[in-house]
Amino acid sequence: MTQESFSSRKQHETQEHAEQIQVSTTGQSAGVDDLLDEIDSVLESNAEEFVRGFVQKGGQ
Amino acid sequence: MDRRIFGLETEFGLNYVPSDGRRLTPEDAARHLFRPIVAWGRSSNVFLENGSRLYLDVGSHPEYATAECDQLLQLIAHDRAGEALMLDLVDQAEDHLAEEGHEGKIFMFKNNVDSAGNSYGCHENYLIPRKIEFKRLADMLIPFLVTRQLLCGAGNLVQVDDETRYVYSQRADHMWEGVSSATTRSRPIINTRDEPHADAEYHRRLHVIVGDSTMSETTQLLKIGATDLVLRLIESGEIYHDLRLENPIRSIRQVSHDFTGQTVVRLMGGDEPTALQIQWVLFEAVKEFVARHGAHHDRVEQILELWERVLTAIEAQDFSTIDTDIDWAIKRKLLLGYAQKNSLELSSHRLAQLNLTYHDIDPARGLFHLLKKRGLATSVVSDEQIRDAVVNPPATTRAALRAKFIRAARATGRRYSADWVHMKYEEGSGGIVLAKDPFAITNPQVDELIRIMSQPV
Repeated sequence: MTQESFSSRKQHETQEHAEQIQVSTTGQSAGVDDLLDEIDSVLESNAEEFVRGFVQKGGQ
Repeated sequence: MDRRIFGLETEFGLNYVPSDGRRLTPEDAARHLFRPIVAWGRSSNVFLENGSRLYLDVGSHPEYATAECDQLLQLIAHDRAGEALMLDLVDQAEDHLAEEGHEGKIFMFKNNVDSAGNSYGCHENYLIPRKIEFKRLADMLIPFLVTRQLLCGAGNLVQVDDETRYVYSQRADHMWEGVSSATTRSRPIINTRDEPHADAEYHRRLHVIVGDSTMSETTQLLKIGATDLVLRLIESGEIYHDLRLENPIRSIRQVSHDFTGQTVVRLMGGDEPTALQIQWVLFEAVKEFVARHGAHHDRVEQILELWERVLTAIEAQDFSTIDTDIDWAIKRKLLLGYAQKNSLELSSHRLAQLNLTYHDIDPARGLFHLLKKRGLATSVVSDEQIRDAVVNPPATTRAALRAKFIRAARATGRRYSADWVHMKYEEGSGGIVLAKDPFAITNPQVDELIRIMSQPV
């Protein structure tokens, strides 16, 4: 694969980097609580359906 | 061995979640995912320009096998590059599916179990000297591998005695024997398939298939680094305690299910040390070996410090000293914190979802990555090193030769093929090079093959 095919992903990473700088000023314990608050907005809403839907044959 | 070849093979879990109600089977999702790969290499089983191998394995699991590496951080960067490559394929597949009228998201998990209890692996490869007696090596290594989950398990929620329990390992419940040649039907801890991809007179491959896939780079450093150190000790021929286990498979499950580390592991000799005591014996033996022989690379001290810190944490049952470094501890803190905050039982669907989503490789929603972004999970390689590993091979192994050949061949537009040891020009007068030395980064025959390919037919 060529380097060009990763261009879309690189943009995400630049944005993340900006976020990272902001987040690091908030400190660690705030980080855990923030994330526990934020998790519900990140996760797919129907937990049961999401988990049950992930069935794949076994691999090695 | 002072200088060893390492390789990691990771099978990913794949799930397509439609937002328009139209489901895709894992086989269909995998086919869409690999469309750009097939277009690039006319196959769903290819060697890339960074020296790695990318393919669809049994059960439609996308698999990434790192190129040959001879340094730990290099290996970790190349393993992470596999995730970056998969993410790029996910982006492209979602776009393409949308063009075909399928609205939905593709999830890829770097874990080892699906929701029906099917397992898929993360295989570790270590080059070892042929002269080592394999039976002795297995006898000495299995006690380490059975208890290694204390150091580097990825954590999981499983049913034990009618209750949902958080356990050390994803893979422990799916192992069925100590040593064998099987991989899917009856999984062994050590697989005997001996494909050294090197001169078989001097080398063989140690294929460890018991390990959990690892999200945390620090955990990965400990997992591979400690295993390499134990191998060095075994290779030295020095004798230490006889730790041969009476029943490795019974023990591996019991150890996984007990967070105190106090599970008794019965030895063939009749002794009954705890899992933690076995780890302490091995840690002390390795530490003492390093003190006598010196460190063979610049991360040995860090690995020993981490190893000791994990054992101390388990002994004290205070995981706060390792909960940014070790996968099972990072995830445990998140799951228990969320359960407590929302008054949920471990058996709730939401907790199962968290347990799964910790392993989502997407940095925008994967819970491990969200923790890392907040400084709650440590790393050992930079984003820049990972980006470099996406496009460039390890410079210090045969992978550099393979990459050079593939790039040159593609530039000519001619037909070629490559695998771990072969490089072949498929047109004209043709030619094939067998590169048996995984440490060699130059080979005049490869240069000659490239020269032939570059000439007009």
